[in-house]
Amino acid sequence: MSIKKLEEKIFKGMMMGSTLLIFGVLLYILYIIVKKGLPSLSWEMISQIPSGGFYLGKEGGILNAIIGSLYLIFFSVVISLLISVPVVMYLNFTLRKKSRFSAFARLTFDVLFGIPSIVYGAFGFTVMIYFGLQASLLGGIIAVSLLIIPVMIRSIDEVAVLIPVELIEATKSLGATNYETIKVIVRQLLPGISTAVLLSVGRGIGDGATVLFTAGYTDSIPTSLAQPTATLPLAIFFQLSSPIEEVQNRAYSAALILTFIILILSFSARYFSRRFSKNKI
Amino acid sequence: MLSTTLMSIFFLFLIGGGLFVNSLPIMQEKGLWTLLTTSNWRPFKGEFGFASYILSTLYVTGIAIVIALPLSLLTSIYIIEYASPKILRAFSSVVDLLAGIPPVIYGVWGTLTIVPFISESLAPHFVEFSTGYSVLAAGVVLAIMIIPLIISILMEVFVAVPKEMREASMSLGATKWQTVKKVVIRKSIPGIIAATVLAISRAFGETLAVLMVCGNFTDLPKSIFDACYPLPALIANNYGEMMSVPQYESALMFAAFLLFFIIVLFNVISRLVLIQIDKRYQL
Repeated sequence: MSIKKLEEKIFKGMMMGSTLLIFGVLLYILYIIVKKGLPSLSWEMISQIPSGGFYLGKEGGILNAIIGSLYLIFFSVVISLLISVPVVMYLNFTLRKKSRFSAFARLTFDVLFGIPSIVYGAFGFTVMIYFGLQASLLGGIIAVSLLIIPVMIRSIDEVAVLIPVELIEATKSLGATNYETIKVIVRQLLPGISTAVLLSVGRGIGDGATVLFTAGYTDSIPTSLAQPTATLPLAIFFQLSSPIEEVQNRAYSAALILTFIILILSFSARYFSRRFSKNKI
Repeated sequence: MLSTTLMSIFFLFLIGGGLFVNSLPIMQEKGLWTLLTTSNWRPFKGEFGFASYILSTLYVTGIAIVIALPLSLLTSIYIIEYASPKILRAFSSVVDLLAGIPPVIYGVWGTLTIVPFISESLAPHFVEFSTGYSVLAAGVVLAIMIIPLIISILMEVFVAVPKEMREASMSLGATKWQTVKKVVIRKSIPGIIAATVLAISRAFGETLAVLMVCGNFTDLPKSIFDACYPLPALIANNYGEMMSVPQYESALMFAAFLLFFIIVLFNVISRLVLIQIDKRYQL
């Protein structure tokens, strides 16, 4: 066999090896999380808030964190949708497709996307101090919204660039009002929006660094925006740092719950985007 | 619609400006150079040296890139150049899933697998004692976290190389691998660099996962089996308690500003390169 052929063989082997390795790592992560989390997963975990002595291994669950995360992500997604959809419409339908301003705006959103969550958390916290806010659900919502707006804009934009401008011209030439035109565009954007929502829920619900100072932590379920709230990632983080084994085991099952939520979100996002790409062709 | 667009662009400048203004007091008092080059960290005596945190961040990121880049390169070449469309589709799910797993889960996984492996099996061959919470553990966990980012960019970069170039090379009698090596990779070098720079900036800012496996120890690490203390972990660990000392708050803000500045710079550069690549091949 010539050296040329041998080199190709070696490299091809390495490539297949590393592909398998990455696939294996994913499976290994999921395996470990399931194996460690399953034994202490119980109905009590997801249906009760921590009772007295919870952090010493007594009974209770992490319902506070589950509900807290859901509140937080719900309001953040609503706020970021209200900001992202108009931005994407402006970039794609008001401006010409290749305008300088939209190129600049897209670059900015790419950069915002790259800013780490801890910086959003720290910045959110300074804003809260400035306005005299305590760590609260509201603070968390502000920080998480900042975090997911770029995610959302980028992923809706990916779908919006594919919508032809002629569509708007056609609706307008049929005598549609601006409001009716927007309805037509939004219908076209819907698959993109649903994927974007699922992606940003995944990003927002799993991120601990943004909510570390802004949302705080508490054992009860918040009843107003001004109260602090627990979140799933922090529930995992704090329970894991406990020296007591039962508490650590609960951290593992909380990790399993979070992973499960993320997997569902990820699969549904793929389902939506695949369904959309079928319509496109 | 224009106003929301302007507002969201303004966020970037607002965040940068806000962090800068808040870190000004410490910069004026100590001077930028002293902050960056000394490593005495005694907040309650008014000494703020960031050198060991900055070095920790660099070590951890360095290890992550050294592990992640070759693996991602090999994998994305295989997926784009050799694999069937079926594998391509399956593998993009793998990349999506890996990218979607939250940092805290990576942290949990790291403490359950990588940390004990280092302390029990790996470190004893090299050093006397290691808890496993180390530069190496943080580097490995980070590597896995940035692999999906690098692969997804590299796949786009490789796809952007025109088919005609590959065909021309093959028709001159080059083998598949020669074509990949001499045409595809050579054409993609700017994109590979851009992907790496983006990955570096992602690794710089990763907080929770690293915090959980790095050991959080302020001294300068002497080997990769020693504990370390990267910048984001510093911010995360001390944010609550810094309120009593005003200088301390400013110092932590400076840490956040430093991260922000480097990451924005890296992001702008690599995004501009990627946009250029897009333009060149699209028209």
